[in-house]
Amino acid sequence: MTTVAATAHTAAAHHDDRSFVRKYIFSTDHKIIGIQFLFVSLFFLVVGGLLAMQMRWQLAFPGQPMPGGGILPETMAPGGVILPEYYIQLVTMHGTFMVFFAIMPLLVGVYANFLIPLKIGTHDMAFPRINMWSFWSFFAGGLVMLASLFVPDGAARAGWTMYAPLSARHDYSGASLGQELWSVSIIFVGLSSILGSLNYITTIINNRAPGMTWFRLPLSVWSLFVTAILGLLALPVLSGAAIMLLFDQILQTHFFDPPAGGQALLWQHLFWFFGHPEVYILILPAMGMVSDIIANGSRKPIFGYHSMVFAIVAIAFLGWIVWGHHMFVSGMNPTLGSSFMVSTLIIAVPSAVKTFNWMGTMWRGNLRFHVPMLHAIAFVAMFVIGGLSGIFMAATPVDMFIHDTYFIVAHLHYVLFGGSLFALFGAITYWYPKMFGRLMSEPWGKVHFWLTFIFYNCTFFPMHILGMAGEMRRIYDPSQYTFLQPYQPMRVFISISAFLLFASQLIFFVNFWWSLWKGKPAPQNPWDDNGLEWSLPSPAPHGNWDRVPSVYRGPYEFSSPQVAEDYLPQHKKLPTDREPAVTSAPSH
Amino acid sequence: MRWWLPLKGSTFAGPIDGLFIAILIITGIAFVLVELGLIWFIIRYRARPGRRAFYTHGNTRAEVIWTTIPAVTMVALGLVSNHYWVEIKGRNSVPANAYPIGVHAKQFEWQITYPGPDGKSFTVRNQLHVPVGRPVVVQLSSEDVIHSFYVPQFRVRQDIVPGMDIKAWFQATVPGTYELGCSQLCGLGHYRMRAQVYVHTQEAYDAWLKQAAQEASQ
Repeated sequence: MTTVAATAHTAAAHHDDRSFVRKYIFSTDHKIIGIQFLFVSLFFLVVGGLLAMQMRWQLAFPGQPMPGGGILPETMAPGGVILPEYYIQLVTMHGTFMVFFAIMPLLVGVYANFLIPLKIGTHDMAFPRINMWSFWSFFAGGLVMLASLFVPDGAARAGWTMYAPLSARHDYSGASLGQELWSVSIIFVGLSSILGSLNYITTIINNRAPGMTWFRLPLSVWSLFVTAILGLLALPVLSGAAIMLLFDQILQTHFFDPPAGGQALLWQHLFWFFGHPEVYILILPAMGMVSDIIANGSRKPIFGYHSMVFAIVAIAFLGWIVWGHHMFVSGMNPTLGSSFMVSTLIIAVPSAVKTFNWMGTMWRGNLRFHVPMLHAIAFVAMFVIGGLSGIFMAATPVDMFIHDTYFIVAHLHYVLFGGSLFALFGAITYWYPKMFGRLMSEPWGKVHFWLTFIFYNCTFFPMHILGMAGEMRRIYDPSQYTFLQPYQPMRVFISISAFLLFASQLIFFVNFWWSLWKGKPAPQNPWDDNGLEWSLPSPAPHGNWDRVPSVYRGPYEFSSPQVAEDYLPQHKKLPTDREPAVTSAPSH
Repeated sequence: MRWWLPLKGSTFAGPIDGLFIAILIITGIAFVLVELGLIWFIIRYRARPGRRAFYTHGNTRAEVIWTTIPAVTMVALGLVSNHYWVEIKGRNSVPANAYPIGVHAKQFEWQITYPGPDGKSFTVRNQLHVPVGRPVVVQLSSEDVIHSFYVPQFRVRQDIVPGMDIKAWFQATVPGTYELGCSQLCGLGHYRMRAQVYVHTQEAYDAWLKQAAQEASQ
């Protein structure tokens, strides 16, 4: 521990003499690891998006050759016309890439790594080498998953939820190697998250700067801390389940195969026992970062900081006792349905508390609409829709009707795209200067925001209507059903909106790359923020601080009457402030 | 193109649609309040030269109010929903006089078994015939993977799990032709795993049953 800190100190104080490989590839620097996660998971975000575009083509123009589809092999799309077996691979891999290789690593891999040491005031993670392994395990998992798209009988075909026995027996799914590679890849991802989580938890508990008490932590750090606890407890369950599934696939065990004495519902219980906490892993960090950005953009302290912390903890706790709401119609005992319904409905309470507190923060503020703030406000506006539509499905009788329809597709995209991804666009823009020393273009950021906001709603809102009509999800050709045929114009509208939504993301990517070299050089504190990371130069140097700063107050002291300017950094010592006692910080 | 829920084809449709509308009203109020509030704040509190934000850390009374109101609403909603849930899906919900039909799902077809008029049962592929105004209990079994029995007009859905015997019931109210779809991804032919649903008057049903049993025995 002390050695690491001491090395970091020397490196930061003098010139950085690590080799290129140690510095940028097998790096143990939390900021470089965060940036590695950023590049790799943005790549997978594009992959997931491309898969979605192909699905939308098939749904809007079934049986017509897809532009550019000619490059796909005969087993996927002969002459560019998507086959049913390829369509369900698209469904499966879109969900898999987006959940495990895009949203989760973007939120946790990137921002837990990058932000935690900078925001709590320490030189690096508690276990830098474990941190490096966390990235490389994720990278290996990503390569395996990517490779599975190119094996002869194609990728996994049982949906991202991988329900057994369809996933467990190759004669049912029609894919063998692809299914096995899915399981292997998920085991790597599980390992990556477990290693990362224990690092984040240890670092936050032990390595906070002097004066950085628990209730002076930014909400982003609180949410990442609670997320890490969820990850540490949930991912082992998924890894265990994936190992059992792999055994069923290659060793002919029968954990999930009923004719041989296995249990089909066992997979669902294991998967969702992981899967529901996972849902909160995918939204809590977004909520935390949005809280930081909204306070900054409103120039006001967070309204009800303690309620916000308790709401994060309550959501995480309730997240453990609601997995059965994915299984109301699964054949599970209906009495369990009643209890899972109540626990699920109760989650609306902490979610409402968070929403009202964000609004309370904006109330009587002095709102600055920088690009991160636009995305943060959109997060609140869209998360509300996603949260409220969840209530329909929480009510068991209504769920019986809309379960597994486009209503749930709309709901989950309002939470994961409208929620998590808008928060991420905000977060990437907000912390970009601290990562790369340059600012992203503000006008292009606004163009990207508005196009995304409009086309996103045009894409996903009509899906509620399709769901109310009873359109099932994961259907290759809805026109098979007479009652779904009249909705074809709506599917075309959704697909065209989706294509435009995807095209709008080009603006973001060009802005991102262009700004790396040509962006406006960033000042130390471009957003006039209070967090410790803004006491460092942009980009933040290796090892962060020579001497970690002392902390005198909470992170949201905007417009404080104590100072003339409208922000008061956590590390700024006023004449009335007492020096904090050194307790938990590493000796330095 | 209907912008609303499908035709009410069973006795479940009334309460389920009622609950749907109740939730739509509750969430609609919350939605309008939040979104209008956000728009109002965006306009009213936008940054202008010389303005300074109001310095406050919160208000305990406000926190108590916006914690309590959602909590009470959600508990009430849970109680009402559970009432209907027990009626529709509860362990003892299937009426004693329900007419039994066997539904066996396999990749990618429905095999539907009826009790014949002579006491011998017979099986028809991809056609579900039911009498109107009478509770029907479908006994669901699967040959291979998980499927799901879904008739949108009846508002009925139940997963069919291999290795489990699951019952679901409904009472059709409007004679006509509908569709039964598989709503759980079950393989590459999932999208075409459908059956036609015919709701007959009791006399028409009896006539069909007699004729179909004859055809089956030939």
